[in-house]
Amino acid sequence: MIEIVNQGIGSTYQDLGRPGCTHLGVGRSGAADRPSHRLANRLVGNAETAATIETCGGLAIRVHDPAVVAVTGAQGVIDVRNGPPMGVNGVHQLPAGAEITLRAPAEGMRYYVGVRGGLDIEPVLGSRSFDTLAGLGPRLGTGDQVRVGPDPRTPLATDFAVRSPFRTLIHLSDGPRRDWFTAAAWEVLTTQAFVVSASGNRVGARLSGQVLERVAPRELLSEGMVEGAIEVPPDGQPIVMLADHPVTGGYPVIAVIEPDDIAHVAQARPGTSLRFRYTSG
Amino acid sequence: MRVLPFGRGAVLAEYDTIDEVMAVDSALRASNLDGLGECVPAARTVLVRYSGVDRRALDELLVPGAAVPRAEGPIVEIPVTYDGVDLEEVAAATGLSTEEVIETHAGTVYSAAFLGFTPGWAYLVGLPAALRLPRRSTPRTAITAGSVAIANEFTGVYPTVSPGGWHLLGHTDEAMFDVTRDKPALIMAGDRVRFVRT
Repeated sequence: MIEIVNQGIGSTYQDLGRPGCTHLGVGRSGAADRPSHRLANRLVGNAETAATIETCGGLAIRVHDPAVVAVTGAQGVIDVRNGPPMGVNGVHQLPAGAEITLRAPAEGMRYYVGVRGGLDIEPVLGSRSFDTLAGLGPRLGTGDQVRVGPDPRTPLATDFAVRSPFRTLIHLSDGPRRDWFTAAAWEVLTTQAFVVSASGNRVGARLSGQVLERVAPRELLSEGMVEGAIEVPPDGQPIVMLADHPVTGGYPVIAVIEPDDIAHVAQARPGTSLRFRYTSG
Repeated sequence: MRVLPFGRGAVLAEYDTIDEVMAVDSALRASNLDGLGECVPAARTVLVRYSGVDRRALDELLVPGAAVPRAEGPIVEIPVTYDGVDLEEVAAATGLSTEEVIETHAGTVYSAAFLGFTPGWAYLVGLPAALRLPRRSTPRTAITAGSVAIANEFTGVYPTVSPGGWHLLGHTDEAMFDVTRDKPALIMAGDRVRFVRT
């Protein structure tokens, strides 16, 4: 059993999401930085599908029984009470009664807390992810007592993972509505810096920079969205669709971020300058 | 019809009519093409996700006409109280009386084309031409769950409180989406829908 002593900021239960539900109007959701979610699970010997906790910091957890825990994703200080010191990207054996608190990240945006055995939460439509846009899935709150699943009986292969730093050069390919924008807009998108704004969330990362101008004002009928799509509302400031993006969206998509780079956008803190490089299809 | 790129593992096929969209969506669902992923039909487009698919076979599926007609789904009846705040505005814009707006809306059997926007939101087609209006110029920030609304060629019911720009004709007490049910979405694509005035 683990207990959420303080829910912290932006904390949710997450796994790899609920693909295959768009016919219900339900998006995939899942960890915003999937590679870090997978890593947290691999470090503690879980299947990558096990639930972790995604948090932007301030989260405090008490383990009621001895537990094997790994924190990945963002880099920051972890305070431990009643247990040995621990850091990010390491595998740690916590004694019963230990309490860990994740400070605000020093680098990156979202930590992932993996516990050996996984978090035994009732899935909703096949997933333990909380979809913040749809309000669907198990909600995390202070005082939650969560059972830990059975020991996976896998070897612990390492006690530490080395991670490459977060990148700010992001690769993109063509979006379906590139021709709604001027050649100058494309030039701006692929050469100028865009700054991550503070109003982003799991639905989308909002960027600010030079306005991406359209050829002509037109209204778009809503169409299917993908994670990594760069939507451009009439104000010309792009939004990158993240894990909780809606199934359909109403603004034209100028370009789409390469799958491997989505996690880097999800981890970009407000104020970070991102640059985009075009990789043709 | 146009097939537009949509990043690494998807294309967006664009059509002239919702009928073509529905025909292609049915064909995609009926096919067992290897590598074909989730498809998201919308008003004029079908988003097709894939991984390692035979592109020529996929392109053939995207041509409307080779489509399998969708079987007529069951009829879902939705009781509606026609007390929407936009009734009079809709009447004025369409040249009908509010009574005629209600009779026209309730006197039609609709077909659910696709779900999108939020969980359980079904886009229903078959709205009589007399009721077709563009979306409101300024969307409302919060629309009550259960609101029955129209916009363009569609009618639908807001499953949860959400922002929206459709014209509100009335409300229903039915839960449009409930994960504890075997069928979480009250209306599924292919279902036929009748609004029953209460």
